[in-house]
Amino acid sequence: MTALARCFLLAVILFLYLPVFVMVAMAFNDSALYTLPLVPTLRWFEALASNEKLLAASRNSLVIAAATSVIATILGTMASLALSRRHFRGRSLLQILLLPPISIPWLITGTAMLVFFFWTGIGRGIHAMMIGHVALAIPYVVLIVGAGMQSVRVDLEEAAMSLGSTPFHAFVSVTLPLLAPSIAAAALFAFAVSLDQFVVSYFLSTPGVSTLPVEIYSSIRQGFTPEINAVSTIFLGASTLLILLFAQLSSLGGHRGRG
Amino acid sequence: MAGDRTGQNPPGRGRQGWATAGLLMPAYGWLTLAVFLPLCAMLFFSVLKTAPVANRPLEVTFDHYLAFVRRPYLFDVAWTSIQLGLWTTGLCAVLGLPAALALARSTYGRSRKVLLLLIILPFWTNGLVRVFSWTMVLREGGILDQAVHLVAPSAPPLTLLYSFPAVIIGLVHAYLPYMVLTCYLALTSVEDAVVEAARSLGARNAVIFWKIILPLSLPGLASGAVLIFVPVIGSFMEPRILGGRIGVTMGTVIEDQFTKAFNWPLGAALSFIMLAVVLVVFGASSRLLSRGKASLGGAAP
Repeated sequence: MTALARCFLLAVILFLYLPVFVMVAMAFNDSALYTLPLVPTLRWFEALASNEKLLAASRNSLVIAAATSVIATILGTMASLALSRRHFRGRSLLQILLLPPISIPWLITGTAMLVFFFWTGIGRGIHAMMIGHVALAIPYVVLIVGAGMQSVRVDLEEAAMSLGSTPFHAFVSVTLPLLAPSIAAAALFAFAVSLDQFVVSYFLSTPGVSTLPVEIYSSIRQGFTPEINAVSTIFLGASTLLILLFAQLSSLGGHRGRG
Repeated sequence: MAGDRTGQNPPGRGRQGWATAGLLMPAYGWLTLAVFLPLCAMLFFSVLKTAPVANRPLEVTFDHYLAFVRRPYLFDVAWTSIQLGLWTTGLCAVLGLPAALALARSTYGRSRKVLLLLIILPFWTNGLVRVFSWTMVLREGGILDQAVHLVAPSAPPLTLLYSFPAVIIGLVHAYLPYMVLTCYLALTSVEDAVVEAARSLGARNAVIFWKIILPLSLPGLASGAVLIFVPVIGSFMEPRILGGRIGVTMGTVIEDQFTKAFNWPLGAALSFIMLAVVLVVFGASSRLLSRGKASLGGAAP
């Protein structure tokens, strides 16, 4: 029974990873038509280096993700402090309001942003995508920092204050260092959310200004070339690294909370 | 106790209130600007005759909400979307629950942690890249085709790409981790002692599954189903890439209204109809989940 269960589990994992491995392998295959046998080459990666469009889109992706990470982490951490440490009327309503950006299909949110930004003159482009990405990332930051806050005991801060610390000083010197792993994890997560975001970027991009996923989408629709495999492979590597880092950080926070 | 403390630290209630508001304002202001106001604006757009451009007079109409009456083909499109949702959710449940069960009951310690991470990891890599990966496998002359011909050289060329099953495969691949995770979380609350007790009383595996495991994993199945069904009926990139010409769904129709046809009011109305469906699904599931909890609580003693 146990052996059967483990085999099934491995089959599921194989199903999840096999196509991705095939895609990556084809990035290193010489044939432009994806034919086997595999002849190893780096020519598709070299071709990328001179593909101005993809390079510009990658730059945009990184800039937007970095800005989103910084802004969403600051705003989200502030909101999380208020939501988890203070009691006030309407708190549960505010917590419920975090759900729509996460749970409404991005197609609806993205088209709504397009309509509103067009109408108000905010327009499309990098700034518009950034506004959208920050909004999608804030709820995650609030939830991750809030979870970290649960393991930081309030009485530590109160002890500092009873010893003469001001509330602000107590927060900065006691709570903030304990919260640092959660905040770092939230920042990474926000970065990953923005880097992987496609739907909202797609509606807010202009023909000249787009991000890497948007550029990949339009290349796929024009036809398959191993160059798409190459850029996808790099992209995949980057986001996998980010998430492994996030997993490491958030489990660190958990250990500290339990300890 | 609380009274004592506020007695020692006299920052007035009013100042506290301002501080709280100050902490909350930036985040919620941003969400209002980027999510809530846009949704309101789209509601407004959906009742306009045409998009408000170049000082054309605004004309209010509810015509776009009658789209389904005016354009009967939309019924077929909506049915395709719902079918995609049902198939994907069903297959994810059939694959995800056993996987979660295997994870919760047949793996231990560090290897369980690694396996769980392996299952969740692809979920956080780019969805577009993963859909693109499936085109490598499913296209004519793709890996699946070549594998089949290795075994049976005379078989006709196998092209799954640009078909309904291809879209389903891509969507199941995209959303399976959700179901494994929600079922796993539900199953970790099943105590070994309960299963052992049933077994010592002579229950066979099948009985244990139907009478203990399945009822206790229902909350996980239900929340997984909602988390999958909702984004699937709003998907447009997967049907577009893996379905080709046959992949016409509500998602792709809405996408077209905004990127090709430029009939924004119609697109907005269709988006809102979809949003209504989403809200109904959320409402129904939260009621189901709370009722499930109540009945479990009642059955426990």
